[in-house]
Amino acid sequence: MNDHDDLFTTPAEPDALARLHRRLEQAAEQEGLLDVAYRAVDSPVGPLLLAATPRGIVRLAYDIEDHDRVLESLAGRLSPRVLRAPSRLDAAARELEEYFGGQRRVFDLPLDLSLSRGFRLLVQQHLPSIGYGQTRSYRQVAELVGRPAAVRAVGTACATNPLPVIVPCHRVLPSDGTPGRYVGGPAAKQTLLNLEAAA
Amino acid sequence: MGTKHPFEKVVEEHGGTVLRVCRVLLANHDADDAWSETFLAAIRAYPGLPETANVEAWLVTIAHRKAIDVLRARRRHPVPVGEVPEQPTGLGVPGTDDSGLWQAVRQLPDKQRQAVAYHYVADLPYAEVAQILGGTTEAARRAAADGIRNLRTSYQGGA
Repeated sequence: MNDHDDLFTTPAEPDALARLHRRLEQAAEQEGLLDVAYRAVDSPVGPLLLAATPRGIVRLAYDIEDHDRVLESLAGRLSPRVLRAPSRLDAAARELEEYFGGQRRVFDLPLDLSLSRGFRLLVQQHLPSIGYGQTRSYRQVAELVGRPAAVRAVGTACATNPLPVIVPCHRVLPSDGTPGRYVGGPAAKQTLLNLEAAA
Repeated sequence: MGTKHPFEKVVEEHGGTVLRVCRVLLANHDADDAWSETFLAAIRAYPGLPETANVEAWLVTIAHRKAIDVLRARRRHPVPVGEVPEQPTGLGVPGTDDSGLWQAVRQLPDKQRQAVAYHYVADLPYAEVAQILGGTTEAARRAAADGIRNLRTSYQGGA
């Protein structure tokens, strides 16, 4: 019986499972069951996680945010129908590659901002108006959204941006000349600022 | 709490076992179809699955029904074997010649083959197997034991 046990529990071929996984991605997309598709991409600021709902890109996460934890959180907040399904994120991956290569200044992607609410959402909606290579202070952004006293809340809105890089919170700096805090770490923020200054 | 793991984790953890179960129940191409139907049905129903549920037993239960659907369709419209294109079977594991075992398993009577698949391949306890097959735990245990005994007689390879 032990012989049978061994044979029955040998792993199925990885090739077969990879092929079946792709089939599942396609079928789930066709049936409208792919609530959150995700993939990882490499970048000069480390591996990035990209996730999209049918409405648009909903999340970009740095490695230090822990991609597994981010996916768990998306399952809880949006839907547990989360599947690694790269094809929905092809355009986003391409635009990011162009951006990091210095060949793209503006992202042209449908965004799903449903992870943000209220004042944070308002700030994040205004961030793309800060152009490539430019920077603003937290105070200037507070003025931009018509709440000049809400400097700290602007800081929080930037720190909780679910779509860093694409929604350019890295272009908002403290007025003391330092890069300031950043969801991807200060070094990543500096890398993006250098990239945009050089192009 | 209402927190459930991403469905991708379910595929990662149980995809291989469900494929082996499907391959015991069905021939290779049909096994792929049953696997696909199982996980498509599973992602549809996943948000409503109670958090305390045994995910593997749930998946095997779906696979059991999907395999029966596929078998019924085949028996109604048998595929003429001569028309199946030549292709690698992908059956079994590279380096081991176990295709004889898989064939022997598939020649078992339905109940025995199912009991063997759910207990020995999916590692479900007999109580769970009985739930899937409908019947008593003792009947499930007997079907699995009969299946293994029949396999020993019909299958000589492996050792």
